[in-house]
Parts: sequence; structure tokens; C-alpha cells
Amino acid sequence: MDLAQFKWEQGGDGIVTLTFDTPGKPVNLLSMAAVAELGQVIDRIAGDTSVKGLIITSTKQGNFCAGADLDEMAGIAGVGKDDAAKAVFEAMMGIHRVFRKFETCGKPIVAAINGTALGGGLELTLACHHRIMAQGGSGRVGFPEAQIGLIPGAGGTQRLPRMIGAMNALPLMLESRRIDAASALGMGIVQQTVPAAELISAAKAWIAANPKPQAPWDKSDFRIPGGGPFSKSGAQVFTVGNAMLRSRTYDNYPAQRFVMSAVYEGLLVDIDTGLKIEARYFTRALLSDNSKAMIRTLFHSMQELGKGARRPKEVARTEVKRLGILGAGVMGAGIAYVSALAGIDVTLIDTTADRAEAGKNHSVKLFDREISRGRSTPARKEETLARIHPETVFAKLRDVDLVVEAVFEDRKVKAEATAKTDAVIPETTIFGSNTSTLPITGLAQSSKRPENFVGIHFFSPVDRMGLVEIIVGKLTNDRALATAIDYAGKIRKTPIVVNDSRGFYTSRCFSTYTLEGLTMFAEGITPPLIENAGRMAGMPMGPLEVLDSVGVDTALKIERASRKEVTHSDRPSPPEDIMAWIVEKSGRPGTKAGKGFYDYDNRGKRARLWPGLLSYASGKWRSDDDVHEIIRRLITIQALEAARCYEENVITDPRDGDVGAILGWGFAPFTGGPLSMIDAMGAAAFVAQCETLTKKYGERFRPNRLLRDMTKTGETFYGRFTKRKAA
Amino acid sequence: MTDCFIYDAVRTPRGRGKKDGSLHEVTAVELATQALQAIRDRNGLDTAELDDVILGCVDPVGEEGADIARAAVLKAGYAQNVPGMQINRFCASGLDACNLAAGGIMSGQNQLAIGGGVEAMSRVPIGSSGGAWPEDPSIAIPAYFVPQGISADLIATLDGFSRDDVDAYAVQSQKRAADAWKAGRFAKSVVPVKDALGQTILSRDEHMRPETTMQSLGGLKPSFAEMGAFGFDSVAIQRYPQVEAINHVHHAGNSSGIVDGAAAVLMGSKEKGDALGLKPRARVRAFASIGSEPAIMLTAPAEVSQKVLARARMQTKDLDLFEINEAFASVVLRYLKVMKLTPENVNINGGAIAMGHPLGATGAMLLGTALDELERSGKSTALITLCIGAGMGTATIIERL
Repeated sequence: MDLAQFKWEQGGDGIVTLTFDTPGKPVNLLSMAAVAELGQVIDRIAGDTSVKGLIITSTKQGNFCAGADLDEMAGIAGVGKDDAAKAVFEAMMGIHRVFRKFETCGKPIVAAINGTALGGGLELTLACHHRIMAQGGSGRVGFPEAQIGLIPGAGGTQRLPRMIGAMNALPLMLESRRIDAASALGMGIVQQTVPAAELISAAKAWIAANPKPQAPWDKSDFRIPGGGPFSKSGAQVFTVGNAMLRSRTYDNYPAQRFVMSAVYEGLLVDIDTGLKIEARYFTRALLSDNSKAMIRTLFHSMQELGKGARRPKEVARTEVKRLGILGAGVMGAGIAYVSALAGIDVTLIDTTADRAEAGKNHSVKLFDREISRGRSTPARKEETLARIHPETVFAKLRDVDLVVEAVFEDRKVKAEATAKTDAVIPETTIFGSNTSTLPITGLAQSSKRPENFVGIHFFSPVDRMGLVEIIVGKLTNDRALATAIDYAGKIRKTPIVVNDSRGFYTSRCFSTYTLEGLTMFAEGITPPLIENAGRMAGMPMGPLEVLDSVGVDTALKIERASRKEVTHSDRPSPPEDIMAWIVEKSGRPGTKAGKGFYDYDNRGKRARLWPGLLSYASGKWRSDDDVHEIIRRLITIQALEAARCYEENVITDPRDGDVGAILGWGFAPFTGGPLSMIDAMGAAAFVAQCETLTKKYGERFRPNRLLRDMTKTGETFYGRFTKRKAA
Repeated sequence: MTDCFIYDAVRTPRGRGKKDGSLHEVTAVELATQALQAIRDRNGLDTAELDDVILGCVDPVGEEGADIARAAVLKAGYAQNVPGMQINRFCASGLDACNLAAGGIMSGQNQLAIGGGVEAMSRVPIGSSGGAWPEDPSIAIPAYFVPQGISADLIATLDGFSRDDVDAYAVQSQKRAADAWKAGRFAKSVVPVKDALGQTILSRDEHMRPETTMQSLGGLKPSFAEMGAFGFDSVAIQRYPQVEAINHVHHAGNSSGIVDGAAAVLMGSKEKGDALGLKPRARVRAFASIGSEPAIMLTAPAEVSQKVLARARMQTKDLDLFEINEAFASVVLRYLKVMKLTPENVNINGGAIAMGHPLGATGAMLLGTALDELERSGKSTALITLCIGAGMGTATIIERL
């Protein structure tokens, strides 16, 4: 045997300990090489009478195995179009053959799970006869595949439901939940938990007690826990499960349906046939455009951006130790929380002590919630809160490394705060403005050091939104940009970098969604149809609901400002008219007031569309529009705006465009982002669609020059970008 | 094309489809057997003359499995040359069995056949046969599977039928059924179910609640709200996104009852009837089936009625009588609305809300009910139709002779 991925040690008791140790990686990956070595190992185990049993464990700190090697998978899938399906299917069947040998070799095999086991890593343990997991610690098990458009492919869809029943197995796979050792034990995914130091001895004890184990499904009296799909309870699982899946996903995620199908079809047959069924669904998922786009954006691009892919390389790493925040409102308070959590000392400034204190109190509330859910501790709360210093005096900003300004969205107010800060901060301190709409270059004019001025746009609620949009103004220098990116990394947000423009990238594209929704409202499309179409399109909320949540009054203000400053028109647009009617005539500014386009209950939960909506304008409403056309409008207008941003150099890297869209305003994640979506459709098809929509609905759908050029050259955004980078 | 005549129709009374229902002790094959024996005996039929016996049955598993029609033929003591076939088109199975029998005769391939159906819902519960449509993700999800009650509530939502509207219809169904029984209007067709000693087990439909009022129905909780909250409402709304929320108005009191029962209809050519000395009662003018949108599921009766009217070269006004299965009150209300009918000639002797809906048998029962009513009232033409699971409809037009 020639092992590079594993270390083989046979003890005097005849028990072999096989230690997983992927060379040169911080975590173990279930690569094809690892599978091949496992194949050698199992043949040896089965044939060698001196071997009494096998323990599989890992030497990586806190990691048993992180799953398959996605790059390798992509490589297999990339073998020319005709053979790709065959190559992937055969690769998966190869894994199944090795894992089945584990189960049927007649000798006890135990997984000693020392840390996190995800996807293929967890599946490796499921093919063992017994699983023992280290107690406590940060180790988690789970199936993250569906999150990126894949399904468990190394037997997970077959073994897990046969082990714990479809009712418990399905949510774990569909929702990509990661659970700790105690929950895994409770669910029956692992059979034992012991302190990490006792993993091997416990495994040896089990082997000694179970010399000839069989997988439950290989025994003649095997019954599926909870019953098969046509048992009384099993029927409920699938009938209701299908509905729940659609209600959650709008059937936008093929992989989710494939998981359901693989489990359903697999449980109707024996394990070997079930594994074959899984391999076919896995192959379909892996080869789909959908998973390719999701993997690129939600896995690779997010990781790359998180690691500072957009950082100016020349600037040495910066570290923000002390942060000043101007304005302790919702945003400032949220920024204080995430920054203190990351170990940064925060000076939180507002005009009165009460306001500043209230901003700190936001962190108290968030901590209390986390503690009540068992996700934090009182000690951690004390320690973190001690880092937040509410203040009213700008002089306290004397020694901060970075200032984040989060005052009222008004040029004058911001200019004043900037000037006051400039007066006290060191010359080296970077000034970041958390504006969502006002061009950075203009705001920087009120600074003495505009080269240190950068936009750091957070999203609400700050503690939950994973994106930071960093805006480079005309004069912003590399050090300011690098500092902002490093700071984003420190507070564990994914940074995208965009150039200055009104609304930058995210607000600008996002507003097309709400404006299109309002335009439909003006056309007389019945509100439920607009709202449901938005949700079916894959957006987290319908356009009217999302307006309520950001504040219709805020959106109205922005729309009015934009009319005055950009279009210089005296005539309000139909969307502006509607917003003015809702806010000013009807007194319904949005969720915060408990009323906007919707009525809300006293906990802020959406109750129903306000019945008074139907009295707007002519009161004539249409309910027979094709919902797919409405979805097309809502999605196309956003993607087209993203393409315009690319042409105008607001975004210069498609990864920023796609990751920013999904994390920033919730653009349909299954597309991999607006630019991925256009690439998958092909520029020609997208342009043709835009032209059709232009004819029907107006100039806002007119495709830009870049897209029209791309139809001639057949280029894609990612193709162009790779070429430009190489050049 | 050969004319298909209807010579006779019988049905069992409908027993409550629960453990305390009178027919719960009777096997499904026995129910079918007694229907077959009754139609043989009252027509003095030489069963060797039959070309086929086709019975509808919606959950053909367990005791209803393995071709219950052939089992009933043998158990009823029919001649061994009579084949039996069980078919399933959900709720219209009984009518489709008759249509299939009629089709054999009209095409000249058969001369004499029985169509009918059986369902012992107290013994083989609804849904027992499982199936891909509700469960297999590859069909359930793209076809927007929802339980029928959700579909019925969706119809009420889209058509604006209020809880009062559907309850009022249910009260009317109960009253009409009670009045019809009182007036003996079912006497011609209903044959009591007896035990082996000849004692009567059940002679009347026992699901009826003639005392039903708006007030008594008003106390019932909607049956499908909870199910809707599991995700089915969302599924229905994704298919009908103009709807903001489903208005759950249906409950046990305005939906068809779960019952046990069987029915048989004797059909044949004129020549065969003449030769056997049978008196034809009606003629099958036309029949049709159709598929419709499966999520709303229950709207096909109007579509299939238009289809069968066109096939018969008739118009709505040419019809004297309508029997539409009362699967749910909203199904009938929508049918009245779309077909522009008035209640005076629709389900005039009540329907399944009062008397129950023994799935595989109901279509054949409705055919018999329409036939009896045409004869009683001296009217000429009737249309019988049922909504069907997974979005289908079947209809038959008959003409009294």
C-alpha cells in the first residue's frame, strides 16, 4: 500500500488506526486520491487476517473531513461535454463501491470523529459501522451541499434516512444545517460521544465488543426508521415535505428537489440501487449551470473576496484596533456591536449621552438574545460591552485608526460631522462613510484629507447582513481602501469594492426592483400578484414589502432627491406618486410605523396588504397578467442595471457584482448573481429579452452598449474579466 | 354507431364511512356482489350474455385490490365467461366505468355490459393506494400538489364564495336529500344490503343530517386551514399568485361525506335488449373526459360539460337536469356560475354533501339518480359530471326513452 492521504498504524491488538491527513491543507478533503487509498485500505483489511478492525480518525485540529474537493469535482465535470456525465457518474459509483466494501467487509470499522465532518466527510463516517464523536468543542456535522446547488453524493441521501428516518434526515440535508456532537447524538447520527482524548480507546472497546458488525440495511430484518414512503407516517413526510419545500424555495433550487427525489426513490429500493439513483441525481446537479453559478459565487468568489482578493497588494496589512463611530442610530449601534465582537475598541459618538448610551444598549439586547439561544455567554457579553464607549465629545476620537460615519443621510449633517472629526483625528486615520446613496467623492470634499476618505456601506441589520460595500471615491488612496477591506475581514464581513456612483452598486440596482414593482402597481397589476411574483423570482420579499421594511418615506426621499439632482424633472414619476400617496396622504411610512403597503401586527409581523391600496387611482386592478412575465420584468431590470454598472466601471470585477447582489439585497441566490445569470443565458438571449421588454414597457429596459457588444463577440462577463486580468 | 341503452341501475344505500357505520362489517367485494346480484335478479338476467363487468374503485389495494370486479363477478355467481375489470379515475371512476361499458357497446364490440363501482371507505381508507402524484417529488412539486380541500378553498377564494355561501349550499343539499328520501325518489334504485341470513343491514343512506342549519354549520371549524399552514396554502398561491391568502371555508358539513357503497348500471345494444326482453330506460347521448389545471383540481366539470355538449351537438339549454358531484360546495357553486345555471335543475335530490361520496361508486350512483329523476319528472335529458383528483373531469349526457 502506498498511502499519502492517510497514515496506517496497526496495533498489537490487530486494530488499525487510519489517520486522515490531506497533505498541505488545513482540513482533510475527500478527494478521488483519498477514495482510491481508502479502496486499497479496505482491500487490505478484508484480506489480512491479522487485522481485527479499523478506526478512521484525523490529525487535523478540529477537523475530521471538510468534504469533497470541489475543484477536483469541477475538473471531472469539465471533461468535454459528452463525457462529463459519464465521468462524474462513474466517479461517484467508484466512491459507492469503496464505501460499500467498508460496510460489508465483515470487520468492524469505527469513525472516531475528532472534529467537523461535513458533506463527503460525514458520508465517510456513515459508511462505517459505528460513529463516536468528540464531546463539546467546535466540531459540527452536516450536509452543506444544497447551499451551493449540489446534493450529498457519497451515500448521504441513502444512508442518513435509513439511519434516522426521512423525516429527520431531509431537513438536515435540505437546510444545510450544521449540528454539534450533542445534537448529532440525540438525532442518532453518531452513536457515542466521548471526550476527545478517549476517542481511540472508545473505538477500540467497541471493536472488541462487535467483531462482526453489519450495517442495519444489510440485515434481513431491516426496516426504515419511521417507515418507507408509502407507510402512513412516511406518506406524510413526502406529501407535506414536498409542499414545505416549495413554500420555502418556490422550487427555484433544483438540488433541493433532487435531494427529495433521491431520498424518495432510494427508500423504495435496496441500498445499492439507492446509491445508483443518488449518483445520477448528483451528476445532474453537478453538471447544471445552476450549481456551477452557485458554487462560483457562493463558494469560490465569497471566499476569495473574504480573503481580500480586491485588496491593493502593495499596501501592508492594516489592523484596526480602535474605531470611532459617528452616530449611534440603528446603523452606528449595529456597527459598534460587530466591531466590538471582533475585539475592536469602539468609541460610539452621538449628540447626547442618552443617544450614545442607547446605541450601546443595542449590543446588550443582541447579546441577551444570543445568550437566551445558547449562542453566547454572560462573560463574553461583559467582555465585549466593555469595549464599547459611548461618548458625546469628538475629542475622544483622538487615537482611533478608523472612523465610520453613520449619521443622518444628509450632505450638510455629514459635512459637519466630517469637519468636526477631521479637527481631532490623526492625519493617518482613515475616514469611512456609511452612506447608502450619496456619492463619496462629493462627501470627501468636506474632508481635509479626501485621499483618506472611503465609503464603507453596511447593510441592515448589521449583525446579520454579511456584506460590506466599499466605495472608492475619485481621490481615495490605496491605503484607505486596504484599511476598509482589512477592517471588513476583521469583523467577518465579505467586502466588495465599487467605484463611486449615485447609489453605488447595491442601492442603485436594488432600487430598480422596488421601482419596477411600483410601476406595476401604477399599471394596475393587483398587489398580491406583484408581491408573490417578487418572492417567486427568488427575492427575499416582494417589492412593496421591502419598501415597507426600508421605509417608504426614506425611499420617497431618495426618489425625490434623484429627480431633482439627476433627471431635473418637475413631474414626479408614477412610483414617486404612489409613495407620496402612501406616506403623505395615507400616513403609512412602513414597517416601523406598523403600516405601509401592508398592515403589521404589534410584533411587526406582516399581517396583510392594506385593503385601502385598492382605492388608489382609478381603482381598476388586473389579476390576469402572466406571473412569469412579471418575474421576468423584476429580475431583468436588476440584472440590466448590474450590467450597466459594469459598463460604467462602478463594478470592475464580476465577483463583486454577483456576491454583492446576493449578500447585499438578496438577489435570487440560485442564479449565482445577476452577471452569472446573464452569462448562463447568453448575452444574446438576455439582450433579446430586454428588447422585447423595452417595446412593451419602456426605455428603462433598453440594453446597454456593453451587452449589445457582447452579443456580437459571444463574450461573457466572467470570460471578459479573466481575459482582462490576464492581459 | 350503435346506440347504447341503459336498461337498469341499482345502488346500495350509503353507510357512514366509519367504524360505527352500518356497512363497516361488510367487505368491499360483498358490497359489489350485492349490487351485481340485485341488477341480475330484478332483470332476470342470464349473466352468460354479459360481455364485461367494469367497476370503478379508487383505492384498489388490500381487499379492494387484485381486480375486485372479477372477484365480485365470481362471488355474485355470474357465469364464468363474464370478465371483470377494475378501473380508476379517482372520483369519476363509477361514471367512467359506465362510459367504458357504453363505449364497448357503441363501437359494436360488446352487446351487453355492466358499469359500476364500489368503495368501502370505512375499511380501505381514502389514500390507501398511495401513489406518485402526491408523494413523488418529481411530480408532486412541479404539479403543485395540494390536498383537494385546499383546492376547494382556493376555488372559493378566487370566485369569492363566502363561508355563508358554501354553508347555505350545504343546507340546501341536506334538505333536498331529506325531501327526496321522504318522497321515495330513490326507491327505484336503492337495494338494501343484507347479511347472509337475509336480514337487512342497511336500507337508507345514513350519512344525512336533515336537521342541518346555518347555525349548526357555523360552529364547525374550517378543515383545511391547518394543512394549509403546513405549506399547501403557499403551494396553491404560487400557482395562483393573484391570491394573497386562501379563504378556508370548507369543513365536514359542506364537503362530501365519507361513506361505503356500491352501484351497478346495466347497458346494452337495442338488439341484445330486445333478444333478452329488457326494456330500455334511456340512451347514452355522449360522454367525455378532460384534464384541467391540477392545483385547483376541481374545476373541470364545466370544461368537460362544454366538451360533451359539443360532442352531442347540444347546448346547455337543451339539458333538463344536471347532476354534479358535490365533492365540495364551492365546486357546485362554481359550476353554476360558469355554466350560468340556476339551482332549480341542478342536484335537485341533494348530493354527496348530504348522502356521501363512495369514491369509486359515486359516478354510477349519480347516473342512476339522474335516470330516476328524468322518469319521475317526465323530463328528457340529463348531464352527469364529476370533478376528479389531479385536475380532471368526466361527463355523460343521457336521454330518457
